[in-house]
Amino acid sequence: MSDQFTLAVAKGRILNESLPLLAAAGIRPSEDPQKSRRLILETNVPGVRLMVIRSADVPTFVQFGAADLGIVGKDVLMEHDGEDLYEMLDLGIARCRLMVAEPSTLAATDDPAQWRRLRIATKYVHTTRRHFAAKGIQTEVIKLYGSMELAPLAGLADRIVDLVDTGNTLRANGLVEVEKITDISARLIANRAALKMRHQAVQELVNKLAAAVASAAGPGE
Amino acid sequence: MSSSEDRWLLPDGIEEVLPEEARALEKLRRRLLDLLRGWGYELVMPPMIEFLDSLLTGVGQDLDLQTFKLTDQPTGRLMGIRADMTPQVARMDAHFLRQSSPVRLCYLGPVLRARGDGLGASREPLQLGAELFGHAGPESDVEILELAIAVLQAAGLERLHLDLGHTGVVRAMVEPLELDPASQGALFEALQRKSHADVSDCLRDQPVPAATREMLIALVDLHGDGAVLETAHERLGPAGEAVAAALEELAAIAGSLQDRLPSVPLYFDLAELRGYRYHTGMVFSVLCDGAGTAVARGGRYDRIGAAFGRGRPATGFSADLRVLWRTSGANGEPRKVIRAPGGGDPELALAIAGLRAQGEIVVRELPGADPVGDCDRKLVLRNREWRVEPLGREESK
Repeated sequence: MSDQFTLAVAKGRILNESLPLLAAAGIRPSEDPQKSRRLILETNVPGVRLMVIRSADVPTFVQFGAADLGIVGKDVLMEHDGEDLYEMLDLGIARCRLMVAEPSTLAATDDPAQWRRLRIATKYVHTTRRHFAAKGIQTEVIKLYGSMELAPLAGLADRIVDLVDTGNTLRANGLVEVEKITDISARLIANRAALKMRHQAVQELVNKLAAAVASAAGPGE
Repeated sequence: MSSSEDRWLLPDGIEEVLPEEARALEKLRRRLLDLLRGWGYELVMPPMIEFLDSLLTGVGQDLDLQTFKLTDQPTGRLMGIRADMTPQVARMDAHFLRQSSPVRLCYLGPVLRARGDGLGASREPLQLGAELFGHAGPESDVEILELAIAVLQAAGLERLHLDLGHTGVVRAMVEPLELDPASQGALFEALQRKSHADVSDCLRDQPVPAATREMLIALVDLHGDGAVLETAHERLGPAGEAVAAALEELAAIAGSLQDRLPSVPLYFDLAELRGYRYHTGMVFSVLCDGAGTAVARGGRYDRIGAAFGRGRPATGFSADLRVLWRTSGANGEPRKVIRAPGGGDPELALAIAGLRAQGEIVVRELPGADPVGDCDRKLVLRNREWRVEPLGREESK
């Protein structure tokens, strides 16, 4: 009982980049999560299960103990405003940046120091408000669920706040990065009660993953 | 405006309790109040509503946000509906009871929360709590911890774990830094999330001595079994006597608990900051296998009474009766009802009164109506005497 746990992993890029780290920590799913249609996967370790879910749902599952641990981007954690969650480890994977971007035509004459009131399209409503409020800038935030880049082109907003990795999508749509809000990477999170009641099992996994992260980062950087 | 389809909808986090659940909750309520009585904790009933100033004195912003407010029409003053009974009970001790010896009080009743504690949480918990006033020392903390465990066990909760912390550790390190409220808030939030990266970020631009910086970062990892207290003594050594005293107090409490509650595993977390503004010493939460969040919380809060004229040491805990019942997984027992005919026979009335006095449930049939369900017996006249007989199979559907 005390060494069983469920790990919720955000599907997509985070899942792909987590699997090598988990393998280095000795955890391998018993079937290929890219192909399986199952939502809960057993692993080679008895009692340890993987749950593959949408990234925005990972903090909710972990906060309420439906999963004991989770792997999710810092962007989602900043947007999720909840207690009873611990950020145990920066896994250093799925790295990108949370940026403010605007059309290059606007950027040619724009001065961020003069920003007073902005109309911004984003998926990250809380984070955007918090970021600009701290700088004393009033924002009108328009919540979108995808294709943020379209909003300035269609006249829905002046600027967008979104994750940027290579910047190709921005460039293809005539947008440029004007301000960095923060760097983003995937984090290992833990449910408060799970950490405290199954401390040994959780801490052991954290230590193994920390070692895997250190050796992955070692020679490359 | 509500349409006729959703007129029955209740606000988020508000629920009604139907007979079966109400029966179980009431049974549990009585059992737990009897237990508290046996420990010498006297029941008090704080008011549901009072002036906002007195309701929020000394308890800080967290409770302010949780309190529903309305205007008192005759006086024009702002009133609040209680969101937590603990400060009300502390005031009763400070202001009305005025005893110098320790006072033990308990309470049980609904409180209203404007926001609820997270998703799916009730905004109308049935708050059950016990407070011990007038003694400053690990002994009273241990009594409250023991009592909290006894209450949870009596509610049918098994496999309990205790999570212990002490607000004195962080307070002694952070207060001398005199951070502005926003930076301190950000630091506490990062500590609470145990995020190394964010704690370092928060301290980067602050004028914090290198030794304190290292200790605050070390604090993130100071959680685990009893060995944590020894590690903390080494790593937080330079933080001075206040931290050492807090650690010793925790060690003393843990020592007594291991003797008195050997079956309850202890966990220590020195970065636990829930209720930091309000608590002044040991803080704890009780965790239970199968529940994703704590089932009871408590700790020491020595300052609240001062706002009401008498600062007395205080320690206590509270829990939500609904959460206890739900976590225990206990089902309401079906009732067993005796069906009795209507009519004015005085002998029948006497027989019914006798059965009710013995604690039986007796329901009279009403003319033209179907008999009540969950009957298993009936009163029948045999040889001019009213007797209880089991229902036949076809009658007891």
